[in-house]
Amino acid sequence: MSRSGNSGFTDKLQTLWKKQGTRSVIASLICIVGGLLVGFLVLLALSIFDKNIPVSDAIFGFFTVLGGPFSAGNGKDVLFQMGNMLFSATPLIMTGLSVALAFKTGLFNIGAPGQYLMGAMGSLIVALSIPTDVVPAWIVWILAFLAGTALGVLWGAIPGFFKAKFNVNEVIVCIMTNWIAANVVSWVFKATSESFVNYAETKVNFIKKTATNGVKTITLGLDKLFGGSYMDIGIFLAIIAAVVLYIIMNKTTFGYELKACGYNKHASKYAGMNEKKYIVLSMAIAGGLAAAGAALWCLNGAQDFKWDTYQTLPADGFNGIPAALLASNNPIGVIFSGIFLKFLNVGGSNLAAQTSFNEYVSSLIIAVIIYFAGFAKFIKDLLSRKKKEKAAVSTPDVIVNYEKVRREVEDDDAPDKKSVESDAKSAPDDNAPTDNDAKSAPDDDAPTDDAKDAEGGDEK
Amino acid sequence: MIFLIQKTLIFTIPLLIVALAGMFAERSGIINIALDGIMIFGAFAGALAAYFLRKSTFFVDHNQLTFLIAMVVASIAGALFSLLLSFSAIKLKADQTIGGTALNMLAPAIALFFIKIFFTKDALEMEPAIGGSGKSVDFGYAMLNDDLGPVGSIFFDKAYISTFISIALFVVLSVFIYKTKTGLRLRSCGEHPQAAASVGIDVNRMRYLGTTISGALAGFGGYVYIATVANGTASGAVAGMGFLALAIMIFGNWKPLGIALGALLFGFLKCLGVIYSQFDFLNNLNLPMYFYNLIPYVAVLVVLAFTSKSSRAPKAEGIPYDKGAR
Repeated sequence: MSRSGNSGFTDKLQTLWKKQGTRSVIASLICIVGGLLVGFLVLLALSIFDKNIPVSDAIFGFFTVLGGPFSAGNGKDVLFQMGNMLFSATPLIMTGLSVALAFKTGLFNIGAPGQYLMGAMGSLIVALSIPTDVVPAWIVWILAFLAGTALGVLWGAIPGFFKAKFNVNEVIVCIMTNWIAANVVSWVFKATSESFVNYAETKVNFIKKTATNGVKTITLGLDKLFGGSYMDIGIFLAIIAAVVLYIIMNKTTFGYELKACGYNKHASKYAGMNEKKYIVLSMAIAGGLAAAGAALWCLNGAQDFKWDTYQTLPADGFNGIPAALLASNNPIGVIFSGIFLKFLNVGGSNLAAQTSFNEYVSSLIIAVIIYFAGFAKFIKDLLSRKKKEKAAVSTPDVIVNYEKVRREVEDDDAPDKKSVESDAKSAPDDNAPTDNDAKSAPDDDAPTDDAKDAEGGDEK
Repeated sequence: MIFLIQKTLIFTIPLLIVALAGMFAERSGIINIALDGIMIFGAFAGALAAYFLRKSTFFVDHNQLTFLIAMVVASIAGALFSLLLSFSAIKLKADQTIGGTALNMLAPAIALFFIKIFFTKDALEMEPAIGGSGKSVDFGYAMLNDDLGPVGSIFFDKAYISTFISIALFVVLSVFIYKTKTGLRLRSCGEHPQAAASVGIDVNRMRYLGTTISGALAGFGGYVYIATVANGTASGAVAGMGFLALAIMIFGNWKPLGIALGALLFGFLKCLGVIYSQFDFLNNLNLPMYFYNLIPYVAVLVVLAFTSKSSRAPKAEGIPYDKGAR
């Protein structure tokens, strides 16, 4: 179609439409709209059934959530909330990257909360125990960051090891390591409470701020720019991490092999890759990413880390899953989905402050979005099917000419053959992992399925 | 000792029922990672039902009836909630792990959202009942009798009606899945759905059945958990019990007897973390609570590592049923 060249813009649109990436984005957008709609309906239904809540509250509340930080009121508050949103999106982007990477290699990293906790512990201990009057603060910062990340790498490697060595489902091991991490972290900080717990302020549930030791992330004046918020350069580090991950996954042999093991373990083994090594490596890197997110959060300098955490797991760890799913496991996409989720959260707390609803509506919306994200493949299939129908209706000139010529050559059952050909053409394209792979994300969730689809397509 | 066995039993029952719930779903071919979420939802619904029922004096006087109704409500709520999972997994062929994760996020969101709106607090507590001597007692107790002898005390003193019902349910459902025609059909759909379909079994219906039973059991288990273990408080979390149950199911090799064994073992380990301080010799070890909390999770890992060789998951679990596949 693009060869015809006479109507440039529609051609571009069509090629864009044909890309898997576009369809992924559209599918994600449909999920988001669906989730928001359900959230709105819940608010509306509540306001109708509950006499204490006026209907106007529901409509106003919905737009409050939609507005995120912009529904804060005056300009200064908007800037302040915006800065905090970007800051709190930093760890979420990192855990999102962690989950996305694991998904790409066919693993479900639900262990991000545990890796996050280990990262927080490692970075806090190093940041608070090396005296900054001996070692320059920025070196301590780097050491703390590395220590946290290293702990996360180790913690992530455990499920990978169990999967590779014993073939135990990584989901179970991840969940167990989450709770183990929660207890280990509480235990370690309990045992060393004298040196780390913040007794200076009346609340004793928190670890000292790393700023008390002079260790904090560079802000470049961003905190002042955003109305005295927590904003620092962490978000840019997260964005850099996303870009690097994107390049590794899509442009290097290493990334290719990681993904190949995710697509089809047996095929990659047959091709001479050490698939067990890649399972462990993938989980280890994923663990490192999640832990680095925690380190970026803790090393901000002004954050309170709750140490007695044995009964709760950090929400940012779990929310990495929606961040990854919404982005179709594309590292670049995770940047946007991470910020978007925090956007909703900020909207949720504005809602709680301004109406009789509470902030949990944003987690409700996010959960529904993820539920819909499970259908992403279904929606994408639907989209591509529609496309094919459209193509059948308004056949471009070139094909019509081609048809004419062919009908002249061979009389019978030409149209059927054409559709078969176009199918065959599109099938290998859709499934080839090398081909500009930001896109084909939700497919990656079930690599075996994909392989099957490809088989089916070829045989048809 | 009697106290220890009593407590172990209390922790075992929800694990037993929820692990069985997992088995029903997975034996029919659907991975139910949403057990935790369904437990939370069931617990919320049950607590809500008990709360509203006990507004009338009749139900305050008849605690057992209230408890029973709340259990039924929790089961129904769990079954309905699990339909979300089965619909996405069976009808739309969505990824079951993602669907389950969504349910795990949805349940606490719903529970907390409504609890906070209606009660303006973060947890919904079921008030204790007033016992014979005027003391407040756990409202679920079926019996409160201190002089029954050792065996009698284990099973009847401070016993919950849910304990007996759960054990009965466990036996009945184990027989159902192994000794009845429907049970066999359900299991066949988890092993080789195409073969099952070829002899005229409606695979999708069987999978809906398996997941719905699973949801009902998990909702029931969730209510039992908060009523017996968590002091009657529904708070949008069940402390990862659903996931522990999932691990017990794998430990039990997707078989009822193994599950019973696993539930007893982990029920014991789990309760050790709560009551260790009442044993002098454990207290003398001077280990922090966190150590005892860790034990069940570490034990799961160790056990899984050693039993993985003989582990045999249902062959078709997690794979959407495709008529055309061979």
